[in-house]
Amino acid sequence: MTATLSAGLAGGTQRSTPDPQAAGEAPERPRAPAGRPSRGRPYATGLVTLWLSLVVLLPLAALTVTSTEHGWGGFWDALSAPSALAALRVTVLVAAVVAVLNAVMGTLLAWVLVRDDFPGKAVVNALIDLPFALPTIVASIVLLSLYGPDSPIHVQLNATRYGLVVALAFVTLPFVVRSVQPVLIEADKEVEEAAASLGAGGLTIFRRVILPTLGPAIISGTGLAFARAIGEFGSVVLIGGNIPRHTQVASQYIQQQIEIDQPVNAAAVSVALLAMAFLTLFVLRLVSARSLRREAAS
Amino acid sequence: MITVTGARKSYGAFAALDGVSIDIPAGSLTALLGPSGSGKSTLLRSVAGLEGLDEGSVVINGKDVTGIPPQQRGIGFVFQHYAAFKHMTVRDNVAFGLRIRRRPKTEIARKVDELLEIVGLAGFQHRYPAQLSGGQRQRMALARALAVDPEVLLLDEPFGALDAQVRADLRRWLRRLHDEVHVTTVLVTHDQEEALDVADRIAVLNKGRIEQVGDPQALYDRPANDFVMSFLGQVAHLGGRLVRPHDIVLSRDRAEAYAADARVTGSPGVVSAQVDRIVRLGFEVRVELTSEEGSRLEVQTTRGTADELALLPGETVFARVAHPVAEALAG
Amino acid sequence: MRTSTSARWSLRLLALAYLTALLAVPVVLILWRTFELGLGAFLASVQTPAAISALNLSLFIVAVVVPLNVVFGIVTALALVRGRFRGKGLLQAVVDLPFAVSPVVVGVSLILLWGAGGWFGALDRAGFKVIFGVPGMVLATLFVTLPFVVREVEPVLHEIGTDQEQAAATLGANGWQTFWRITLPALRWGLTYGVVLTVARALGEFGAVIMVSSGFAGVSQTLTLLVHSRYVDDQNTYGAYAAATLLMGLAVLTLLLMSVLNRTRRTT
Repeated sequence: MTATLSAGLAGGTQRSTPDPQAAGEAPERPRAPAGRPSRGRPYATGLVTLWLSLVVLLPLAALTVTSTEHGWGGFWDALSAPSALAALRVTVLVAAVVAVLNAVMGTLLAWVLVRDDFPGKAVVNALIDLPFALPTIVASIVLLSLYGPDSPIHVQLNATRYGLVVALAFVTLPFVVRSVQPVLIEADKEVEEAAASLGAGGLTIFRRVILPTLGPAIISGTGLAFARAIGEFGSVVLIGGNIPRHTQVASQYIQQQIEIDQPVNAAAVSVALLAMAFLTLFVLRLVSARSLRREAAS
Repeated sequence: MITVTGARKSYGAFAALDGVSIDIPAGSLTALLGPSGSGKSTLLRSVAGLEGLDEGSVVINGKDVTGIPPQQRGIGFVFQHYAAFKHMTVRDNVAFGLRIRRRPKTEIARKVDELLEIVGLAGFQHRYPAQLSGGQRQRMALARALAVDPEVLLLDEPFGALDAQVRADLRRWLRRLHDEVHVTTVLVTHDQEEALDVADRIAVLNKGRIEQVGDPQALYDRPANDFVMSFLGQVAHLGGRLVRPHDIVLSRDRAEAYAADARVTGSPGVVSAQVDRIVRLGFEVRVELTSEEGSRLEVQTTRGTADELALLPGETVFARVAHPVAEALAG
Repeated sequence: MRTSTSARWSLRLLALAYLTALLAVPVVLILWRTFELGLGAFLASVQTPAAISALNLSLFIVAVVVPLNVVFGIVTALALVRGRFRGKGLLQAVVDLPFAVSPVVVGVSLILLWGAGGWFGALDRAGFKVIFGVPGMVLATLFVTLPFVVREVEPVLHEIGTDQEQAAATLGANGWQTFWRITLPALRWGLTYGVVLTVARALGEFGAVIMVSSGFAGVSQTLTLLVHSRYVDDQNTYGAYAAATLLMGLAVLTLLLMSVLNRTRRTT
C-alpha cells in the first residue's frame, strides 16, 4: 500500500521544481492571504448595499421625503385631519385590544399545548401556524363566511369594530403562542412543584412563579402582534367595511388617499404608522436586552 | 523542508508572531509546542497560507510561497475540529482534492481505497461524517489531506477534541504512519506529553517567539531556559533553582548530603525539609515536603529507594540534586 | 403545576373554543361552501380565463422573485456573517425592515418612487410602466419577501463556520469550487426553507400588490387580487370562496413542506 503512496508523494516533490518567478528575490506580494473563500469582500458589501437600497431604502426614502413635501406644517396638517386622526385612533385602539386578547389567549393556548394532553393535540398545534401561511385576503373571506352577511349562525360582525378585532386576532394568533411555547417547555417544573410544596395554591403559583418566567416572551409576542396589527390591510379590507371614523383603519385611509390622489396625506399617515411600528420593535428590543441581562446575572 | 524567516503577524495590538524563524527538515515530524496564545497555530496557518504574514517569508521545498494562496502550496492540512464535509460520504470527502484536480476516475477510486485502507476506514466509505466517532472523523480528515500527495502535512491540534484514550491511540498510529510515508509533518499541540511521544523534533513557542528547537531528549535534558524547562515536564524549586522532581536525591544523613554535594560545582546546595506525605503510585513514589524556608517541594523517586529510606511523615530529610544534573546546571 | 382536573378541563375547553370560533369553523365552513356544489363547480370556477391568468401572473411573480431572493439573499447573508465592515448593524436592521412595514405603506412607497409623479417618474413618462404594471408587482413582492432567505441562511452560515471552506482551499479548490461544492450544499436546507417562505408570501401578498396593480381581470390580477375583485366587484361570492380555497390549499401545502423540512434539517 505504501509503495504507491510514497511514489505519489515523491511525484509531489518533483512537481515543485522551483518556479522561476517565485525563486530568488521575492517581488512585491499581496499581503492579504489570497484564496480564502467567501470572505465578505468589498464588492459583495457594495452589491448588498445597492440591492437593499433599490428594493427597500429608496422607496421608504421617497415616502419620507414626500410626507414633508409641504413642509412640517403640511405634514402635521395631513396627520391631524379629522378623518386621518380618527383612522389612526381606531387602528391603535383595535390593535391594543387585539394585543391584550393575544396576551391572554395566546398564553392560555401555549399552556394547554405544553402542559395539557388530549387526543388531537398535534393537529391543534399545527393549526396555530395556519394564519401565518394563509394569505390575508383569504383570512378575510374565511371570517366573512362565518361572521359576514351570510352568517349561518346569524352573527354579523362585518362593518363593525368587533369584525376588525376578530380579523386581527386571526392573523396575529401565532405570535404569542409561538413565543411562549418554547419558554414554557424549557421552564423548570420543579420550581412550580417547590412552590406547591411550600403551600402555594394554583393561582398564586401562576401569578408568582409562572408569569414572571413567561413575562418577557408574552411581552415580545404581544408587541409583535401589535406591530403587525397596526399595519394590517388584507384581512380587514373586506370585513371592516371601511367606514370613515368608525371602522376605517390607517392602512385603508392611506389607500383611499392614494385613490383620490392625495399622496402627501397618504405619505404622512404612512410615516406615522412606520414610526409606531419602529417604536414598538425598539421597546421590545430594550425589554429583551434587559431580560437577557437579568438571565445572565442570575 | 520548510523554512520560515522573520515571520511577524499582529492582530491589532496583539503580536501573534514576533519575528519567528525556523527550519523544518524534510521528512521530519516536528511538533510546535506552546501554551495557548503562543503563536503556534498562527505559525502553522501561515505555512498553509490560511493566514497572511505581515512580514517574513515561507519557503517550502525551495519554493517561496509567501504570497501564494493555500490552493497552490502543495500542503495537506488537518483541522482540530476535523472540518469534515458533512454533506459528503467518507469516500467523497477523501476524493475531494483529487476531483478538484480532475484526476481520472479509476485513479481516484484506487487512491481512495488505498488511503481508506491505511487509515482503517475501509468499511466506512459510504457513511457520512455524522455517523463516525471523533477519532474516525479525524482519520478520515487525515486521509483526505494525504490524498493530494502533499509536500508537507500540517496538523493543527489534531487530537485536541478527542478523549484521552483515543488521543493516545491516534498519536501512536500517526507516528507509525509517518514512519511509513515520511512526509514532512508539522503538528501543533499544547500537550507536552503528546509532543514528546510523537515528534522527532520539538519547537517550543512562547509569546510569538521560538524559545528552543531540538530533539525531544535534548529539550528535556538541556532546556535553554526556565520556560522551556517548566513547559516540558514537571519541575520543582530547590535552593532557588528549577530542577526535575526525579533528579532530587533525599538522604537522612546531613553530613553525607553535604559531602556529596560539595564534590559538585555550581549545585543549588542542600536543603533540609520535613516530610508531609508519601504517595505510592505503583512503581513511582511521590514525597511531598516542606522546606526549611517554608516552600513546598515534591520529589519523585522509585519504590526501591523509598523503601531503603523508610521515610515517615514528620521526619526531617536533606535534599540535593543528583550529580550529572548538577553539572549540567552548572555548565 | 398541579392543576385540579376541573381547572385543567376548563382551561382546555376555553382554549379549544377560542380556536374553534376563530379558526376551525370558518375554515371548515368555507371548504363546505366551496364544495357543496360539487367538485365540478369548484374546478370550473378556478379555470375561468381570469382565474388562469391570475394563477399565471402569480406564478410569474414567484418565478422572478425567488431567484433574485436566492442570489441576493445568499450574498447578503455572507456579507452579514463573514464581512467585517462599518455599518453592519445598520445593514442588519435594513434587512429586518420589511417585517415592520405595513403592506399598504410598501405600495405607497413604491408609487412615490416609481409612479408618474415620483422620484423616478421620468421612466413612467417615457413609457416604461412600473406602477400599474407587472414590474411594480414584482418590486412590491420583492420588498415584502426580502428578509426570508437572508434570515434562514444566516444562522446556518454561523453554524458551519469557515473550517470546511478552509479545508477545501488547502485541498486545492478555488473560490467558486468551494462555494458550489462546500458552501452551497451546506446551506441547502436553510435555503430551501427560505425559498418555501418566500413562495408562500409571494403567492399570498395582497396589500402591497393591490396598491401598485391596475387590477384588470385577466391582465394584472394575481390570485389574491382575484379573490378580492370577485367578492367586491363581481359580487361573485362563490367564485371568491373557490379562489380562496385554492390559495388555502397552497398555504397548507407550504405548512406541510415546512414541517417536513424542519424534520429533515434536524436529522441531517
